[in-house]
Amino acid sequence: MKRRDLLLAILALIVAWQIAAWVVRRPILPPPLEVAAAFITGLQGDLVGHFLVSLWRVIASTALAIAVAAPAGLILGQSRRLNNIFSPVIYLVYPIPKVVFVPIVLLFFGLGDWPKIVIIFLILFFQILVLVRDQAAGLRPELVQSVRSLGAGRRALFRFVYLPASLPAILTALRQSVGTAVAVLYVAELYATQRGLGYYIYLNGSTLFNYPAMYAGIVAMSILGLSLYFTVDWMERRVTPWQNKY
Amino acid sequence: MIALDSLTYAHSQGNLIFEDYSWKVDQGDAWAVLGPSGCGKTTLLYLLAGLRFPGRGQIFVDGQPLSRPRPHTGLILQDYGLLPWATVRQNAELGLRIRSFYGPDGKHSPEDFRPDVEVDPWLERLGLVPVADKYPGQISGGQRQRTAIARTLALKPDLLLMDEPFSSLDAPTRESLQNLTLELKAEEHLTLVIVTHAIEEAAVLGGKILLLQQPPNRQTIVIENPGVQEPDFRNSKEYFDQCRELRSMLEETQPS
Repeated sequence: MKRRDLLLAILALIVAWQIAAWVVRRPILPPPLEVAAAFITGLQGDLVGHFLVSLWRVIASTALAIAVAAPAGLILGQSRRLNNIFSPVIYLVYPIPKVVFVPIVLLFFGLGDWPKIVIIFLILFFQILVLVRDQAAGLRPELVQSVRSLGAGRRALFRFVYLPASLPAILTALRQSVGTAVAVLYVAELYATQRGLGYYIYLNGSTLFNYPAMYAGIVAMSILGLSLYFTVDWMERRVTPWQNKY
Repeated sequence: MIALDSLTYAHSQGNLIFEDYSWKVDQGDAWAVLGPSGCGKTTLLYLLAGLRFPGRGQIFVDGQPLSRPRPHTGLILQDYGLLPWATVRQNAELGLRIRSFYGPDGKHSPEDFRPDVEVDPWLERLGLVPVADKYPGQISGGQRQRTAIARTLALKPDLLLMDEPFSSLDAPTRESLQNLTLELKAEEHLTLVIVTHAIEEAAVLGGKILLLQQPPNRQTIVIENPGVQEPDFRNSKEYFDQCRELRSMLEETQPS
């Protein structure tokens, strides 16, 4: 996508927002300029801190999910027997919206960062597991055989075939689920914490009734989601250049 | 070079492909293995490559019983077996990188392997330098097959196994790669076993032709094809006669 088109889209959204604010004329929908001012004030205050906490939670859970789900997906993708054992469980659990587990995870993991990290981990884990497994299982047997004929045993197959083959699957999984992860992070940050953008939005909206600050929090959360999405997009183009060149 | 000794092989579903089957290939021979679909051509090649194992009997390559892929055997498959995420150069280097990965252990890589072997001469010989940085998806079928050949020959094999390597290529490309295969076979003193379902290809590449039948194969049917050495054999009367004879023999093997 061209950068100019992207900027035009942002401009169009701001204009639509401004028009809506004029039409509604209520404090619950402040105009963009007012929110921008609140955003800048927030940056000088505690908004950055909340942003960083949320960012840390997403990054930690993503790293954890990749570290656990990618090897598990590779193993399941290579072993039909193990996959036959686990796939019914995955089939059942995969479609459940993980957000419903928030109360349970909170009960088990209590206060602090852990419950938030665990809940995002759960979302990403299944997405990565399933995509990496399918990618590894979908490798053509002829490809594996011809690499074996070059002398590759299990270790070299892993290093030269399965691992590089799983990279695009990991990135696709991240691209598909990063939005959901941020949304669920918001829900998770409504409870049992005083840090994070979810808390910041909720506090300003429902307790302090400072709507411009609430919107500034929403903008910050959108920036968080967008920048994660763009990062994955950028990595995908860098790490998997052959996919754009077919 | 190769000896199949009373070999019996059945697919896991129980279909018997070879029964008490014996065959011998001398060093430096060029063999074409011809037969109808499902006759066990590819299975035979996988057995020779050490990727499948017989139920009974033994396979000897270079005097040694075969128990795993042998470092000096090269295998080239129909769909090239190239890594889609690696460039032509990286694909050509793959075998060497795998050998460096293990080191000269005598198992995955020969004991005398030196990690300083380069693929550049092969890229040059096979006309791949202009596309060296492209991905398999960006190049033609002929170039992909040349890449697979470069990758295999960079490992200095003495036995080259090819499974219908040119069947998805257009006629001129196929012909030029067939000629290239014969040139490389002579240059590198290779023993060649090429599996094909195309009568013309068998006649043009195989100094000897092994005919497989509807399984189970019990009898070893060999057709001598000495004319393959002659220049311009492809356009000679002998070649057309050979093709006709092969065709009638193939028809006899088909169930009516």
